[in-house]
Amino acid sequence: MADNMQNIYLTVALAPLVGAIVAGLFGRFISRSVAHTVTIAGVAVSAALSLYVFKHIVIDGGEPFNGAVYTWMVSDGVRFEVGFLVDSLTAMMMVVVTWVSLMVHIYTIGYMHDDPGYKRFFSYISLFTFSMLMLVMSNNFMQLFFGWEAVGLVSYLLIGFWYKRPTAIFANLKAFLVNRVGDFGFLLGIAAVLMYFNSLDYADVFSAAPMMADMTIQVIPGVEWSLMTVICILLFIGAMGKSAQVPLHVWLPDSMEGPTPISALIHAATMVTAGIFMVARMSPLYELSTTALTVVLVVGSITALFMGILGIIQNDIKRVVAYSTLSQLGYMTVALGASAYAAGVFHLMTHAFFKALLFLAAGSVIIGMHHEQDIRKMGGIKKYMPITYWTMLIGSLALIGFPGFAGFFSKDAIIEAVHLSQTPGAGFAYFAVLVGVFITAFYSFRMFFLVFHGEERMDKHAREHLHETPWVVTGPLIALAVPSVVVGAIFIGPMLFGDFFNGAIFVSPERDVLGKLGENFHGWFAFILHGLATPALYLAMAGVGAAWFLYMKRPDIPEMIKARAGVVYTVLEHKYGFDDFNDKVVAAGSRALGRLLWQVGDVKLIDGFVVNGTAKGVGWLSAVIKHIQTGFLYHYAFAMFVGLFALIALFVF
Amino acid sequence: MEFEIPKMSAALPEMFVLGMACLILVIDLFLTDKNRIITYLLAQATLVGAAIASLGYQFGSPEIAFNGSFIRDAMGDTLKVFIYLSVFVVFLYSRSYLQARNLFRGEFFVLGLFGVLGMMIMVSAHSLLTLYLGLELLSLSMYALVAMNRDSSYSSEAAMKYFVLGALASGMLLYGMSMLYGVTGSLELSQISAGVATAGAGNMVLVFGLVFTVVGLAFKLGAVPFHMWVPDVYHGSPTAVTVYIGSAPKIAAFAMVMRLLVDGLEGLQEHWQGMLVILAILSLALGNITAIAQTNIKRMLAYSTIAHVGYLLLGVLSGSDSGYASAMFYTIVYALMSLGGFGMIMLLSRTGFEADRLDDFKGLNERSPWFAFMMLILMFSMAGVPVFLGFWAKLSVLSAVVEAEMVWLAAVAVVFSIIGAFYYLRVVKLMYFDKPEDNTPIDSEFDVRVMLSANSLAILVLGLFPGALMSLCVNAFAL
Repeated sequence: MADNMQNIYLTVALAPLVGAIVAGLFGRFISRSVAHTVTIAGVAVSAALSLYVFKHIVIDGGEPFNGAVYTWMVSDGVRFEVGFLVDSLTAMMMVVVTWVSLMVHIYTIGYMHDDPGYKRFFSYISLFTFSMLMLVMSNNFMQLFFGWEAVGLVSYLLIGFWYKRPTAIFANLKAFLVNRVGDFGFLLGIAAVLMYFNSLDYADVFSAAPMMADMTIQVIPGVEWSLMTVICILLFIGAMGKSAQVPLHVWLPDSMEGPTPISALIHAATMVTAGIFMVARMSPLYELSTTALTVVLVVGSITALFMGILGIIQNDIKRVVAYSTLSQLGYMTVALGASAYAAGVFHLMTHAFFKALLFLAAGSVIIGMHHEQDIRKMGGIKKYMPITYWTMLIGSLALIGFPGFAGFFSKDAIIEAVHLSQTPGAGFAYFAVLVGVFITAFYSFRMFFLVFHGEERMDKHAREHLHETPWVVTGPLIALAVPSVVVGAIFIGPMLFGDFFNGAIFVSPERDVLGKLGENFHGWFAFILHGLATPALYLAMAGVGAAWFLYMKRPDIPEMIKARAGVVYTVLEHKYGFDDFNDKVVAAGSRALGRLLWQVGDVKLIDGFVVNGTAKGVGWLSAVIKHIQTGFLYHYAFAMFVGLFALIALFVF
Repeated sequence: MEFEIPKMSAALPEMFVLGMACLILVIDLFLTDKNRIITYLLAQATLVGAAIASLGYQFGSPEIAFNGSFIRDAMGDTLKVFIYLSVFVVFLYSRSYLQARNLFRGEFFVLGLFGVLGMMIMVSAHSLLTLYLGLELLSLSMYALVAMNRDSSYSSEAAMKYFVLGALASGMLLYGMSMLYGVTGSLELSQISAGVATAGAGNMVLVFGLVFTVVGLAFKLGAVPFHMWVPDVYHGSPTAVTVYIGSAPKIAAFAMVMRLLVDGLEGLQEHWQGMLVILAILSLALGNITAIAQTNIKRMLAYSTIAHVGYLLLGVLSGSDSGYASAMFYTIVYALMSLGGFGMIMLLSRTGFEADRLDDFKGLNERSPWFAFMMLILMFSMAGVPVFLGFWAKLSVLSAVVEAEMVWLAAVAVVFSIIGAFYYLRVVKLMYFDKPEDNTPIDSEFDVRVMLSANSLAILVLGLFPGALMSLCVNAFAL
């Protein structure tokens, strides 16, 4: 049985890779329809088998699998392996990744229909699915890093998919560079793990971690740091880059330069949640450091609140959704910081469905509008695109946490968990997530009303061509709308308060906020009723109401506010100045430093003296030495005798 | 003195090769040039049969037979199998090359097989006498092979030089052996080892003998300053002979080093370690630096061989089992790369065109992208670029040196390998970035193409999965 399962795990991971290779390397020889059939078939196989794995592990209670598939090398006692750890957490991630990916694959047929890079695109997204699966299924830090970098690479390729657009190239470079910062921390974290645990295997590290809890190290002489805190914060810096937490969030809004299907797949549902997944996976380490948890909590709450505020002033339909993604990632991070890992992962799952839905619905609007993305030029689209309208409404309700929808359960659980948490910083976090609810509702419905209701602001030509998108687009929307409604109610019981994550996520008893919450949990319906009595719901309703009032009833007020609140508006418009700071200080500074090093260090010292100097020296020496080989036999014999006598002189006497 | 019947089965592969070589010699007399292919096929069959005989024989601990003059052990069997394999590939590459130059004669294969027999005896030698016997059998075969193309003045000159210098080196080796015999009173390696222990490492006559022995070994390996024959012989011989000399005999020479210095004279390690350090550094320096100035690729590869011998010596001189294993790994890897490198020259050559100048590789990518890629693998591997097999070989000898606490030596080796990277990468540059000088289609036989592709791909694949070959070498010293 174990062997059998191992083959299934391998197939799940490799099937998309096969598709990617066929569509990528042999794209020249196959037609478009073969390209999408092969890649979709690969992902469909993965998706179906993922469900089977989910059933095997979660429903049938099968043994989690933890084993190496291939040992790459053993160096100094450290094994470098490709291996799988498949437990409930992994199984859940596998299902989310493969199913969202499958939906996006199908949707792409419609969205990329006229694009010359059609086959390349399919190859990339299949490659992405493979990489993401390698990341979540890993049982060791090396493979985690491989997956981590591989998804980063595909993300880079896809943001710059339309490589002739300067803005796309700028955006993918930015994403790449910002992620380098995060990955640097991540790599240092992994290096620290390797250095102190002498193993890269999760199981080894987690079992040894409690013994290292009180260990301190001195990175700067004289300053004692807790080892666990250092490792956890370094790893979290990696998560900050990948999951776009302040201040490493700047790349995510710009990543919307890529085609919409990948915004849905990579920059909303899956890749950006890798950081959340990683921290949840590392829960046995994070539980050992309160300091690290506080950092996680505070960074998460800043992201949740302040990135949401930025969503209010965006006019690009995808950017609104992008900022809401940032804010929701902040919520997940807050949950992690409050030790409610299960809640964070639960929100990750619900978010994956409804955010993919929102993105794909936004994409559907964009197709209908002939690649117009400015919501000020839309309005009243409801009657032209009914399916898109209703699915978008479901997605938005799920996002703002309307009772009964998926997002309600996960978001409320996070808010309640933070409320109970004793981790330093929880007070601020509670405030941030509560205010965040209002803001989320406000910007979501601002966009919703501006796009679908009110007067039709598009030009005549666009209106004439406005119609519902084909089934390959609406099909996935409907398929994603279903889980966006029901998945929360189904899974809240087992995932948050049951034994779903037993053995996969570890929470120390004194921080077990979900356990405390679970004492008062009496099924999903009671949870809804309880939700009616909390401030979160009313804040959300107030947000929707405010959006309706300001953008439908009195559209003149926002203009007025804009005119009056000069400074605040400028700050928001400049996104708190992160981009300006990065451009003017970080980028310009490193360019100046680079130029200095280039001119002095590189050109003069390294090129002039070291490289060209030694090359010249060696070349000269070579030309001289080759004359030793005279071709005369007696010279050769002479050389042998010189050698012999030298050895005798050195060793005998 | 009691007479016992020697345990013949230990030397079964040797006897098989000897018998077959004699048989082929006779059969060849009755063949016309048209049927000469039979000689070739029989020779290949002999190698396959020998491999079966070597692999099919089970034994537990090392077996010593023929009154202590012959040993059969794991290291020997592993090396022998790689010798058969190398020579098999050599014969395969050579067939069409020789046919095109009117050199396709029975002598080549018969001499080649006698050389194999010599190598096998060297590998399994357990006394100075058998060792020398094997060495001379191999050397004499090679002298004749080098001179096989009688009409070429290059070949005759090379053979002459090789023969004279080889005689000189044999003389030195014999002189050294006589000293060892004088002190220890035995020719058998295990008794010499015991005798060294009794006499003590400080015994001046022993050290004196050791110097001469090491000189003899250094000549066989082609270590500086006993390397002078290498470029001339590699250059002057027909490429089919060069590839023979450049591959399997290095494996045998490695075995000889192991037998003499480790099995026989491990007690003198403090002395020979120092000698090998000097030889290794000189070989690394001279091999890598001089290769840069070559315009003929056979000469370039000759100097690269000298440099590779330097790395091989690094593994031996570290004086531990893991060091010996790494040197063995290096030797085998070197033989594989060398086969591919010279094989590529033969593949590109045709009647009247030897393809042995660097310029002949210009623009190979335009003429044949596949074989340009194969050559790229070989060159990257020789340069020690990661993931290719050559990288792991270099890494293992370097880590052996570091383990022996000679970090400075590893650093020196790394510096020279960087210098060495230049001339390997230059070949890649010529193939991919220069315009071809002639556009004649590459005309070579199917079997050569397949074998060469397999040869190169093996280096790539084994580089991705280096574990199996490495553990083979480690196990050779584990018993």
